[in-house]
Amino acid sequence: MERKVLFELPSLYRDNFRVTGLTFGSGKKSLCIVGNTRGNEYQQIYICSQIVRKLRELEAKGRLCPGHEIMVVPSANPYSMNIEKRFWPTDNTDINRMFPGYDLGETTQRIAGGVFQAITGYEYGIQFTSFYMPGDFVPHARIMDTGRDYVDKAEEFGLPYVVIRKARPYDTTTLNYNWQIWDTKAFSLYSATTERIDEESAESMVESVLSFMATEGMIQRRGHQGYRSQVIKDGDLVAVRPYVGGMFQSGIRINQRVLKGQELAWITDPYDGSVREKITSPVTGVVFFVHNRPLTYANTAVLKIVPGE
Amino acid sequence: MVKTIASAAMPVDETLEIKKARYSPQGRDGGKRISIVTGIHGDELEGQYVCYELARRIKERPECLTGTVDIYPAMNPLGIDSITRGIPAFDLDMNRIFPGSRDGAMTEYLAAEIIRDLMGSDLCVDIHASNIYLTELPQIRINELHEKELVPLAKLANVDFVWVHGASTVLESTLAFTLNSRGVPTLVVEMGVGMRITRSIGNQLVDGIFSLMRELDIWSGEISGLREPIVSSDPDEVLFLNASRSGIFIQEARHNTWLKKGESVGKVVDPLNGTVLEDVISPEDGLLFTIREYPVVDEGSLMARILRSGERQGD
Ligand SMILES: [Zn+2]
Repeated sequence: MERKVLFELPSLYRDNFRVTGLTFGSGKKSLCIVGNTRGNEYQQIYICSQIVRKLRELEAKGRLCPGHEIMVVPSANPYSMNIEKRFWPTDNTDINRMFPGYDLGETTQRIAGGVFQAITGYEYGIQFTSFYMPGDFVPHARIMDTGRDYVDKAEEFGLPYVVIRKARPYDTTTLNYNWQIWDTKAFSLYSATTERIDEESAESMVESVLSFMATEGMIQRRGHQGYRSQVIKDGDLVAVRPYVGGMFQSGIRINQRVLKGQELAWITDPYDGSVREKITSPVTGVVFFVHNRPLTYANTAVLKIVPGE
Repeated sequence: MVKTIASAAMPVDETLEIKKARYSPQGRDGGKRISIVTGIHGDELEGQYVCYELARRIKERPECLTGTVDIYPAMNPLGIDSITRGIPAFDLDMNRIFPGSRDGAMTEYLAAEIIRDLMGSDLCVDIHASNIYLTELPQIRINELHEKELVPLAKLANVDFVWVHGASTVLESTLAFTLNSRGVPTLVVEMGVGMRITRSIGNQLVDGIFSLMRELDIWSGEISGLREPIVSSDPDEVLFLNASRSGIFIQEARHNTWLKKGESVGKVVDPLNGTVLEDVISPEDGLLFTIREYPVVDEGSLMARILRSGERQGD
């Protein structure tokens, strides 16, 4: 493993801001893996660290296939993480809304630009990322509908779902979107959690990435029994929204099968505990997303369900 | 007449309401309609004074009102109350969620209701105050896609500068883009600085709004001496000065002055070592229309924008 500083920015009173890449093997630029771009993506950096750990083991055993360069960038934003802030410390901008970046622009445009230059040109790109709404997800891979031609590759992760996302205006400045514009087959991988480390989910995500790498001939490793991925469009997901806000109570977990009409959650009154709304499932299917904060706002999705018998 | 245009119940004993005040002749609706919007970004407060002063002057001469004026001073009430630019709790920039959706999340619902209420306006003015980092000369920013319809109106608004900028996909989710593409001409004003009120420029814009009202036959009263703005639609005319080093920015030039090539705009200094890290100089003759207000800069932070003057070398 080789450690290389990909981008550096001096600060007035802090240590230099550094984005570091850990490289395995040499040859064709086969795969680049990026961890957190936001300061609260702890699960994302953690998964990267575990992938690095595994790759070092494989390297020591001589089981990295020759001719492939694999780079892991555990964090594109150590500064925000060190102060427990989601976005950029001084101006609150989001690095993952600044791609492909601009080397003469604002600070986070420069960071995005510098990082993008270093991580471009790979055949495959994996980004561990998070959703802006707080909640737990069924682990899945997302690709943009503009990258639909490599959906079969996304199935190689063996994750339960592959979601094809219709690109919206604000998606055009994300890493995933720009990677695939610049001919890297890009996947965003969503783990169960963001701000909380979930060991089990991290471990299975590491397995998924390794099995992808084995299928693509980058490492020698016995295959793992993953899922046969179901490919869905983000529009297929059925959002369940309460009419009222209040305290959110639910015993439902991700990946749980639910029946149409089944009680899923309750919105209760924060003063007297009475039930303001019983939330029942509008369809039969599998729970894909569950809100994970104590309070919820009216009309805001608290559950998402993949419909299907 | 004050009316709630959108509301949502918050989880704990509070209703979020977005309100507008309507002024119309003799208490009846009639004539054309102008809508004045501000507070989409909760830390931009220059528009608060504009709304107050506009209402005060209308009430002083109600007989001059021949159309409808709707004033929406707080599109993001939670943001204004909590000194937050975006929508608190959702960590979302409210000006990236339009047109919204009536059956979307709370934020999207509010956005959709705002658009619904603004539809039918003959003109909308969306007042922003830069951010807490930069002071801006009163200016109107226009997406090049809407240049033809908007520039003639912008010229009547008593601003110093009209900046026609390139189209960008990301900006399609702004209030102004949504309204302009649905047939409601919308001018985006940027002026002053975040978290502050600058009365002089507030008064300047209020004069401009009366001038627009006069043009639309909403106001029959006198309007005072208007200025002719500089209009720029050539991207090469605006120079961006970004910090080449992280440090503390000290202003030297005065905002809204014409600078000569080589003249000092400011310095980036290192207080620990007592050294100058960067002399920020004007690369061309031009108007200093944006200057950094917040002293701490990272490499890349914008410190100034300069509008090149007409007679450039080699032209
Ligand atoms: Zn603003």
